[in-house]
Order: sequence, then C-alpha cells, then structure tokens
Amino acid sequence: MTNKWAHLLLALRTPTAMAGFDTDVWDLLVRQAASAGLLGRLGALAREAGIEEKLPQAVRHHMQAVMTLAEQQQRAVRWELVNLSETLSELQGPVVLLKGAAYAAAGLAPGPGRLFSDIDLLVPKSQIHIAEAALMLGGWNSSHHDSYDQRYYRDWMHELPPMTHIHRQTVLDLHHNILPETARIRTHPERILAQASPLADFPRFGIPCPADQVLHSATHLFHEGEWEHGLRDLVDLDALLRAYGHESGFWTSLITRATELKLGRPLFYGLRYCQKLLLTPVPADVLQRCPRRPGAAGALAMDCLFMPAFSTAHHSCRHWFAGVAVFTLYVRSHWLRMPFHLLLPHLVRKSWKQRVEALVKREPLERAETP
Amino acid sequence: MPVAKLGLLSLDDLARRLAHGLTLTTGPFRFRVHSRQMSVVRGLATLYGEFPIDDDTGFRDFHVRVDPVAGPRQWIRPQVNFWLDGHTPFKPLPLNHAFALLEWGMNWCIAGHSHHYLLLHAAVLERQGRCVILPGDPGAGKSTLTAALALNGWRLLSDELTIVDRDDGLIVPLARPVSLKNQSIDIIRTFHTGAVMGELAHDTHKGTVAHLRPPPDSVSRMQDKGRAAHIVFPRWKAGATTRLSPHSKADAFMHAANHAFNYSMLGRLGFELNASLIDTCGCWDFEYSELREALKIFNELVS
Repeated sequence: MTNKWAHLLLALRTPTAMAGFDTDVWDLLVRQAASAGLLGRLGALAREAGIEEKLPQAVRHHMQAVMTLAEQQQRAVRWELVNLSETLSELQGPVVLLKGAAYAAAGLAPGPGRLFSDIDLLVPKSQIHIAEAALMLGGWNSSHHDSYDQRYYRDWMHELPPMTHIHRQTVLDLHHNILPETARIRTHPERILAQASPLADFPRFGIPCPADQVLHSATHLFHEGEWEHGLRDLVDLDALLRAYGHESGFWTSLITRATELKLGRPLFYGLRYCQKLLLTPVPADVLQRCPRRPGAAGALAMDCLFMPAFSTAHHSCRHWFAGVAVFTLYVRSHWLRMPFHLLLPHLVRKSWKQRVEALVKREPLERAETP
Repeated sequence: MPVAKLGLLSLDDLARRLAHGLTLTTGPFRFRVHSRQMSVVRGLATLYGEFPIDDDTGFRDFHVRVDPVAGPRQWIRPQVNFWLDGHTPFKPLPLNHAFALLEWGMNWCIAGHSHHYLLLHAAVLERQGRCVILPGDPGAGKSTLTAALALNGWRLLSDELTIVDRDDGLIVPLARPVSLKNQSIDIIRTFHTGAVMGELAHDTHKGTVAHLRPPPDSVSRMQDKGRAAHIVFPRWKAGATTRLSPHSKADAFMHAANHAFNYSMLGRLGFELNASLIDTCGCWDFEYSELREALKIFNELVS
C-alpha cells in the first residue's frame, strides 16, 4: 500500500500529531484532505485537540475557510428542517434524517467541519407518495423526467428521484428503504424507523439509534459504486464508533441490530477498514461475532479492491490498482443492487445514453463558467 | 528562504522554472504556477516582475497550471485549460487566452476558497493611509478608474477583490495586475504613456482583455494591510460633470452584501464585518466622464 497519505491517516488517527508537521508536509496534506472532503474534519479535530495555534497560519486559514462553509451548511439544513417540519406536518409516522443532515441537525460526532450536498429523509413506504405530494406543494421539484428514469427509481430503487427546492436550490432525497427494492440483501427499514428517536429541536424528525447510524453509514459506503468520498465516509464511521464505543451495551446492540437488519456483511467491512486505516478501537470479539462475515480468503480478496479504492482520495496517493478496483466495485455495486436480468439491460442503456449525450453536447461534463 | 524578484530571471530561466513550477507570492497567498505556455511566461515576465519568488517548497495555497488540453484540440484550433491541483473547473479556452485564463483562475481560487476573509467584489486603492473601495457593476468604469489611480501615485491593493480580514477588519492587498477591457485599454494607454500592459486577448467572454502592470511600490508593500476610509460607487457617463454625492449607508451595505463572494457564508461574522466597514466609511456616488477631473476629486477625498 502506498505511504503517500501517511500524514493524512496519522492526522485522522492522532490529531495532536498535526502540531509537529512542517510546511512541506502541509503542502501536500491540505490538498489531499481538501480533495477527500476531510479538510474541515482536520480543522475540527485540531480545534478539539487544542492545537490550532500550533499550525501554520496559512493552513489554519484554509481549515477555517472549509469550517466556515460547513457551518453555513449546518445553518442552512436547520432552516430547511424548520420549513420541512411545516411541509410534512400532515404526514403519518416517523420521518428520519440520514447521514449528513442527521449529523448536522443532531450534533453527532461526524458533524463538525463536514460538508454535505443533500438532505436524506427516510419515511415508511406507505407514506412515500403522500410525502412526495406534500413536498411538491412545498416547492420541491422532482428531477429525472424521463419515463425510464422514473421507473428505475420508483420500481427498483429505495428512493425517489432527487427533489430540488425551487427557490433555495436545496437537494433532497426521499427514501423508503436504505437498500434498493431489487437488492440481494432484503433489510427491514421499518425496524430502523421504529427504533428512531425524535430530535429535541425538530420534533417532526428523528434520527436512527446509534447502532443503526453505524449500520446505515457502513451499508451506504460498501454498497455504493462511487468512491470520491470513500475515505470521508469511513471517517464518519470511525467518528460514530469512537463516540458510541464507550457506551455500555453499544457493541452488543450493534451485533444484534446487524443480525436483525441482515447488515452484518457491510458492518464487517466497515469495522475492518476503520481498524486498518484509522486504527479505530473495536473490541476483539466484535469482528468474530459479526453475522454474515466473509471467510478469511474472501476478506483478503476484498482488501485488494477496497484498499486501493480508498486511495482515490487524492491523485498523489492513488494506488496503481485503483482504476481496476474502482471499476470492479462499480460493477459489484450494481450486482448487489439488482438481479442480472435487470442489471444487464440497465447498464447497456446507461452507457449508451451517456455516449449519445456526450456526443450531442460535445462536452463530457457541464462545468463552471470562467469568472 | 532566499527571496528574489521574478523580474531578475531571464525569459529562458523563467520558462524553465515555470515548466517545473514556480512559487509566486501575492499578498497572503502563495501560488505554485506551472505552465509550458510561452504566452504565460511572457505575461508573467511583463506584469509580475516585481513580485517575490522563492524556493519551490513549503506550503502553497494553490497549485495551479495553465497548459494546452490533451487530444486533438492541442493542434486544431488549439485550446488551453486551467488546473487547480489536477482539477479543471472551467471549460477550455482558445490558446490566445492563456494568460487571461491564469489571471481568472487565480481570482477564482481566492474568491472560491478563501472564506477566512470576507471577499467583496470591488477594487481597492489607498492614498495617505486611507483606502477607497470601488464596487462597480460591469461597465461602470471601475477598472479604468482603478488603472488611472494606480498610475497616479495611488497604492493598488486589488482591482477585483476587496479582502477584509476577519481578525482585524483591515483590507488585505494582493497588488496583482489590473484587468482592462475593450476601450479602457486604449483610454489608459493614451492617458499614461508609462502604462505597461501585457498582450491582448481578443474575443474573450468579456471582449478584448489586457492586463496593466501594478505599480512597483504597490507590489513592494503588498504585505501591509490597509484601513478603509471611503466606499465610492463610480459611474462613467459620456459628457457628465464630475460629481461626488452622498450614497445612503443602508444601500451601500446591501450592495456590498449582495456583491460579496461569501457574505452569507460567513453568517453573523459577515454581517458584523460588513456593518463595521460601512460604519467607518464615507459612502459616495461618483459620476464622471474625464479621468483627470476624477483624479482631482479622489485626491481631495483622502487629503
């Protein structure tokens, strides 16, 4: 494994070590952390460790800049929740915040300095169309008007097409499950909803119980095919585990919930790579007790894919095998997402459509205008 | 760290250094600039001669690069692009826009990332220790006025970005070249025979663009922060009599907030910084048609 990100990992594991880094180290580390979406996290860790003053001024300014942006997003998400409380007031049953929005609204461990791009909501499946209608009345517009895309989301996925607020441009994902309807693992979202606890500041919304937060974070990371934020998501998981690990009964409930929700496999990977990369303290027997864990050979084989995939955090630390690994994991994520008879036509259509669109637009990607 | 001026390098040496990466300091920022494009080399030699360069080590705020794109467009109607640490935030531009693209890219780096500061979209110059901030809508003649002031003994802090330090409320200089557009280029050339300009970039999204070399004294003082004294909203109007009239503070506040790059991002701090800036500044509307007349009024304003 490449050691070009040694300082990034060291800073995440032992924040006080940052006080000793020289400016040559920071020259690469700030870029790696920014690219991985972790610069705000490093700033928050430095602040918590009381070593901010020991960092070079320019580095502190870069961290402060991202933390300023993160604080704005946290303010914005709280304002959205005020509005959404009104919009969704007629809805029956719980509305649960997932990931970034939950970390921000409930002040959870991964929150400080973390950036996020959309609000993820989980509602009971029976309520999803009522929720969608209420959101549309509240000014949330659905994207993906193409009938194939609509069918893809509505029949096969665990969420509706992303919705954007017409004035505030906030993006919202409305979920009724944490894994697609067609996925190989059939989990139980209703049990996640049942164990959620309401937020004091926004009683219309809840957050999953600690064990479920960890399970969802791990499931999202190890079932998604996109790795730009892989290391950042692992750091979220690490923050949750470090925060809850001391609470009595947490590890037992984690194993129990993993069994109930059939999410032992992603939990195993989450714990394994947290330990490997971030030296997260995990009691020795927890990995052994993890349900549905892969065999030793299988785990080693997956190391050859996951470890290089995490290295895509920045071009400087990219493992030579990263390209193949990320592609293989992309195919794997689709394999886990839908059975082969749906998957093949879907991938063929998707790649054909991308090619045609690229040809028509003559531009691979829409990018920012020059200032 | 041995500090030298960029202008002390021969064109060949500069080209060699840029091909590997040259560390350039502008105000609080260190840019590592990388380019094999000769027009970029010439542009830097003409406009950044007084700027300090040092060892290509230590912490750099932004690692930037301007080079030809890969693929057929490096030969057929060749294009260049701008990279920030390996990412290309913009669409490629014609080869002839290479240096302008570097300037825009550097502005974008600061405006899009430096949220440690309150970043206003305004020019700022100083005389007698008093800074005058010039917000201006496009076409208001802000850059022309900025260039004329800089060429007549005013210290140039910046022509696009007024940077307010969150720790002390002072204005942080960049002292980078002034971007002139279309007729302004000839107006300034005629106005001051000593004006040194880079090569013209034709048919950009802003029309024809050229950059004016910043005064050497402004560059040598780019580490000295300034104190704001006035906010002047300039408006050039053919045949207008030169006129300075009070501008409502409430409106000046809203204008600065709406045209800032990161006002709302800074939340309460943004409000406080902006409010104390407006409180301490005289706020003025300024209509003019004659640059010489304009200079006279500006000199009186800070005397």
